[in-house]
Amino acid sequence: MPDVRDVGALMSVTYDIAARDFVRAGEAANKLKRLLQQLGLDPAVIRRAAIAAYEAEMNIVIHSYGGQIKVDITPESIEIFCEDSGPGIPDIEKALQEGYSTASEEIREMGFGAGMGLPNIQKSADKFRIESAVGRGTCLQVTILHEAGE
Amino acid sequence: MSSCRTRCLVSESGIRIRDIIDAIEARLLTQPSHMDRLVLSVCGADLMSDVLAFTKAKTLLLTGLTSIQVVRTAGVVDLAGIVFVRGKRPSPEVVELAEAEDLPLLVTDYPLYEACGKLYCLGLKGCSELDPGGRTGECLTSGT
Repeated sequence: MPDVRDVGALMSVTYDIAARDFVRAGEAANKLKRLLQQLGLDPAVIRRAAIAAYEAEMNIVIHSYGGQIKVDITPESIEIFCEDSGPGIPDIEKALQEGYSTASEEIREMGFGAGMGLPNIQKSADKFRIESAVGRGTCLQVTILHEAGE
Repeated sequence: MSSCRTRCLVSESGIRIRDIIDAIEARLLTQPSHMDRLVLSVCGADLMSDVLAFTKAKTLLLTGLTSIQVVRTAGVVDLAGIVFVRGKRPSPEVVELAEAEDLPLLVTDYPLYEACGKLYCLGLKGCSELDPGGRTGECLTSGT
């Protein structure tokens, strides 16, 4: 069960993401989507948040040694923080290019690993920040504003 | 069945899964109540990132992939259902998750291109902005 805290106007939820667990991969993003629907948020905003969270979740499952996705819902925005321990990304600029991927054939057979994950997250985000340290892990922050719509 | 009669099944609110089943000789793998679900547009893809980036709500996905990720992806972007092409059947775990998510699953023996072509001829739209009206004119091959 995710840890849900409702602190006044701010709701915060955290999902633990296990490395290489392809059966559960995507569960957190689906739970987040349902939570946002229960809160009655705009469907276009929910869609962008769910897509960003799902691609980020897949990245953690595929590439890292495990991590967390923490989501803060404020009156202005949905903030998605992803943090993993893992090999990190040696060349972030390259990783952000459409079509660049280091995923294995096994991952491609599941319909991922075509180098569209980070670009899709960027497209869904109003603000996007990524930091990575080789040998330590990657942090990703995605902001989706309620007002911006599609 | 004439192509005209089948085309007329696509209304403003879309087309029912039962009419999709007729058009591509599909079998429903999930609960019978899914027969009456509405489909607004169709997408053929094996790449889940493309499905995330380019589909709209109530899109029916035709795919050659049977992994559990297809069902997870459908949940994230509210797909209307999934058609597995070329007679591929998903594992019981995949069907179980789809039932839990209330997502219609179908299987057809037609390959991806042919199944997509038959649905396009019904007048069902794709997801791109390139062809916003879908195929509403005469189908090049009449009949089914």
